[in-house]
Amino acid sequence: MLLSDTRYRSYTFQFIALLCLIAAVAFLARNLMNNLEAAGLNISYSFLNSASGYDINQRPIAYDSQSTHLRAAIVGILNTLIVAVLACVTATFLGVAAGVLRLSNNWIVARLMAIYVEAFRNIPVLIWILIIFSILTMSLPAPNAFRGDDATSSMLFRAFAFTNRGIYTPLPIMGPGGWLVAGVFVASLIGIWLFRKWATKKLFDEGRMIATFWPSVALFFIPALIAFFVLGMPITLDYPALKGFNFQGGLQIRGSLIALWLALSVYTGAFIAENVRAGIQAVSVGQSEAAASLGLRPRRIMNLVVLPQALRVIIPPLVSQYLNITKNSSLAIAVGYMDITGTLGGITLNQTGRAIECVLLLMAFYLVISLSISTVMNLYNNAIKLRER
Amino acid sequence: MKKTVFLGALTISGLLAGAAAAATLDDVKARGKLNCGVTTGLTGFSEPDASGRWEGLDAAVCRAVAAAVLSDADAVEFVPLTAKTRFTSLASGEIDMMARVTTWTLSRDTDLKFDFVGINYYDGQGFIVPKALGVTSAKDLDGATVCIQTGTTTELNLADFFRANNISYEPVPVETDDEAAQQYLAGACDTYTTDASGLAATRAGFPTPADHVVLPEIISKEPLGPLVRHGDNDWADIVRWSLNALIAAEEYGVTQANVEDKAASSGTNPEVNRLLGTEGELGAMMGLDKDWAKRAIAASGNYGEIFERNLGVNTPIGLARGLNAQWTNGGLLYSPPFR
Amino acid sequence: MSDTHAQSVAFMRDTMLPEAPPPESEAGVVRWIRSNLFSGWFNTILTITSLYCLYLFLAAVGPWLVNGVWDAADIRECREKLQGATGGCFAVIAERWPQMIFGFKYPSEIYWRPAVAFILLLVAIAPVLFSKVFPARMLYFSALYPFLAYYLIWGGTILIPVIALLGFAVGYFVYARQVYRSFAVGLFGGIAAAVATWFIGGFITAALPEFLALREVASRDIGGFMLNLILGTVCVSLSLPLGILLALGRQSEMPVVKGICVVFIEFIRGVPLITLLFVANVVLAYFLPPGTNFDLIVRVIIMITMFASAYIAEVIRGGLAALPKGQYEAANALGLDYPQAMRLIILPQALKISIPGIVNVAVGLFKDTTLVSIISMFDLVGMVRGPILSSSDWNGVYWELFGFAGLLFFVVCYGISQYSQWLERQLRTDHR
Repeated sequence: MLLSDTRYRSYTFQFIALLCLIAAVAFLARNLMNNLEAAGLNISYSFLNSASGYDINQRPIAYDSQSTHLRAAIVGILNTLIVAVLACVTATFLGVAAGVLRLSNNWIVARLMAIYVEAFRNIPVLIWILIIFSILTMSLPAPNAFRGDDATSSMLFRAFAFTNRGIYTPLPIMGPGGWLVAGVFVASLIGIWLFRKWATKKLFDEGRMIATFWPSVALFFIPALIAFFVLGMPITLDYPALKGFNFQGGLQIRGSLIALWLALSVYTGAFIAENVRAGIQAVSVGQSEAAASLGLRPRRIMNLVVLPQALRVIIPPLVSQYLNITKNSSLAIAVGYMDITGTLGGITLNQTGRAIECVLLLMAFYLVISLSISTVMNLYNNAIKLRER
Repeated sequence: MKKTVFLGALTISGLLAGAAAAATLDDVKARGKLNCGVTTGLTGFSEPDASGRWEGLDAAVCRAVAAAVLSDADAVEFVPLTAKTRFTSLASGEIDMMARVTTWTLSRDTDLKFDFVGINYYDGQGFIVPKALGVTSAKDLDGATVCIQTGTTTELNLADFFRANNISYEPVPVETDDEAAQQYLAGACDTYTTDASGLAATRAGFPTPADHVVLPEIISKEPLGPLVRHGDNDWADIVRWSLNALIAAEEYGVTQANVEDKAASSGTNPEVNRLLGTEGELGAMMGLDKDWAKRAIAASGNYGEIFERNLGVNTPIGLARGLNAQWTNGGLLYSPPFR
Repeated sequence: MSDTHAQSVAFMRDTMLPEAPPPESEAGVVRWIRSNLFSGWFNTILTITSLYCLYLFLAAVGPWLVNGVWDAADIRECREKLQGATGGCFAVIAERWPQMIFGFKYPSEIYWRPAVAFILLLVAIAPVLFSKVFPARMLYFSALYPFLAYYLIWGGTILIPVIALLGFAVGYFVYARQVYRSFAVGLFGGIAAAVATWFIGGFITAALPEFLALREVASRDIGGFMLNLILGTVCVSLSLPLGILLALGRQSEMPVVKGICVVFIEFIRGVPLITLLFVANVVLAYFLPPGTNFDLIVRVIIMITMFASAYIAEVIRGGLAALPKGQYEAANALGLDYPQAMRLIILPQALKISIPGIVNVAVGLFKDTTLVSIISMFDLVGMVRGPILSSSDWNGVYWELFGFAGLLFFVVCYGISQYSQWLERQLRTDHR
């Protein structure tokens, strides 16, 4: 028998596996064909080019109800990316802070952080999203409350309005030369980075310590401010104001975005905190002791000895947390945030009835994101791999 | 391990079902239950009451069909469906028919491959606003935030209406009628738009219904009706004529109370006789017995009775018959003749 | 030395002083507070800030808990009783807790059945979780449990679970008799015997649908936290064997098998669970033979199981990779074939290493079962969002409801993760 002959066993087995796979795929495909034929349907993506007919409230690019379903999907993709990126940034800050503070000597802070981590890790993110959304929509005042002389609510600094439809903030308007100021600002950020790199190099090469904090602060503010005033204040703020039913002008951050963003941040932040803590604890105590016996101060021990080694442990799980944020952002549908699941997988699917096509496209999108992030991750892992000699 | 149990049960049911032909009527008879798709809860149309029994205009249509086909008005498995899941459920055969306040449109009839068998409620899309807002016309809603149930025709009508009037709005998409009501009451949107009947039903559930008004504009035609899969015409006929039987019964004065008497012996009106099977063989033409319509009417009464019980002026919803009166009373309900 | 100084020193103690306590500031509570809370300006700021936050939190939550109203018919009565004071309206929990636990359509007179099933669940998993405390004989009950739970929760004739169990028993019997020939013969023989039993049993159950029947409950009527628990336990237990197979497949040297497993795992891990639930909800029916009709709950179980098995496979792969190569070589040197080596040498060790990871996946999965509320199933979150919050009686009571839901999840998830940490300490065989 072919299965008992070790020379052929592997081939026989693979052959059987392949046959099973083909049979399974054929079975499913045949069912699909039969069912579609019975229902008189077909698989076609032409609906993507027809007018969508519905409106989307948060539009990063121009879109109206006459745009195509494809464009609606792109709007959804951009909205997914917006909330994912925002949540990744805040989750990282929260997570790193909580992770480091949990190891702090300060008893009460360490306990509080432990409570934070356990409370948020052990309750489903969907519940957090819904709680935050409920608070925003149910307990904040409606724009109406800001109206008239006996208004029950008022704007913060005359610039921020917290309503149950979202938070309205001033929006910078770029006048002529505005982009130049922004360019200067970006350039000074790069400058700070280069300066810090140079300082580290000096420290390692010559052992000279250069203060970096105040020069960085100066670089951060001064060039941009100078450019701003020299060019005659080209950037103005557009303040939100109550007109008609809603606040007009300014930037509206909708309740659905805030709920999703906050919930994903605090939830994932708890996981990142655990990763950070594990990473720091993975650096053996001997390392910090050795650094201390060399006479380094605690902060320098952290910056120069512990963190560089801990990052090697922290970054891979950190990236998979980012991946989780992106995938969890699909819960947007629970609060009506118009991400890709809300547009392509929600309204487009409903209005066209093209369930198979829409779900396939939806999966393909998330798959592409996941695979590209893990490719980058693998490249990074190879780059930081300890060179063993 | 429960999966295997299910798979075992599945093979069994597969064996039983496999013998039967693919026709929906035979499936339903073999199963002994009618799977009927309804809303997840819309007062007056389909909503479980305190004891979990589904009540409403749509639920009554389901019961009528079950009574006609299975001789048991309670042999209905009500499958609650969201706007999102309804069409796939019907297309995939999970349900046999759907009576889920679904608007009859060309694309649903043709592209999605369904058959609308009739209209059990003539509706139109309206807006509800708080009285305090001081809005009297939908055209004053420029810049308003509008709560809208996604996946419905109302979403498309809304976009069309605002575009045609060249005014702007901000849509707040929500999944269910309940959530829309919550958001609207909390003031997260200025107005909620859906079918006028739905607005009346929703308003009836508010703590202070008098503080809210339905604006006069009806911005669309929303003929709501039961539908079945395309291609099984025999089954479509049964659902269509069960609905027509309810409408005709009202026209000819056959009620839940007198249907037994009228069906006992043939009366003076030949149309009633044919409807109730005391004359002719109309039931057999559809593959049913002659008492089918009697049972359908006995299930929850004729159309008028069902309407008054679930939506009428004496209910909290308090809708007048309006377009949904019989053609003899200036409405649009008009059953083709039973002959 | 003392002699030389005897004249120059005016006083010299010649007895030992009694031991004095350390200074007040260096002992006891004060020292602890100083070193733990106020050891520097930064720490002091942190302490004060956190104390302030804690105060704010307690000031908000304390009255809310203390003044809470437990007895009211609806939210308006609740507010009347509170008369403007801060206080939770816990009456909603008091009134609706059966709905939150069992769903709103499970018949209330048979709540005892899932309740018994839940208690028995604890009995059934106790010997699995604490193998040292409970006798191994209790594992027989654990094996019986799934069938018993099915019978209790879904009802219907007892023949269905009995025949399902019988199928497994016959299958195992055949496997045990044939496995000496070869693993493959035993396995396939066992599967064939089991399927044959189910097939024959199908006629018996069809003929005797009322034999010892409990009142039948449709899957659609199951909801609330019970649904989360069912989905969680069923999917985790089903995905474990699948995950092991996938992990072994991914480790395999056969390119075809490996390829299939890699594609499956990476695909599942690359997409959000919600898209898989969409598949269960709207697409899966198209891929099944015409006329078959799975319950939504079964379709969801299938998709969540696939989802979980991909994650568990990756955890177990980590465990397999962490085993020293010597173990594989030693198994080969003993002349064990692949199934034997895996069953007897590799997997027991690899699984032990993977337990914490598996528990993490299980906790994550249990939390993710709330996602079914998005495809309109009435689990705990679905119940809160749908029937309870939308009823005009309780419209607007969200803190209490979501808080209660969160608390239920917290208790279960925190319990499991504490167990996993305990187990990790138990299994740690190295010395630190």
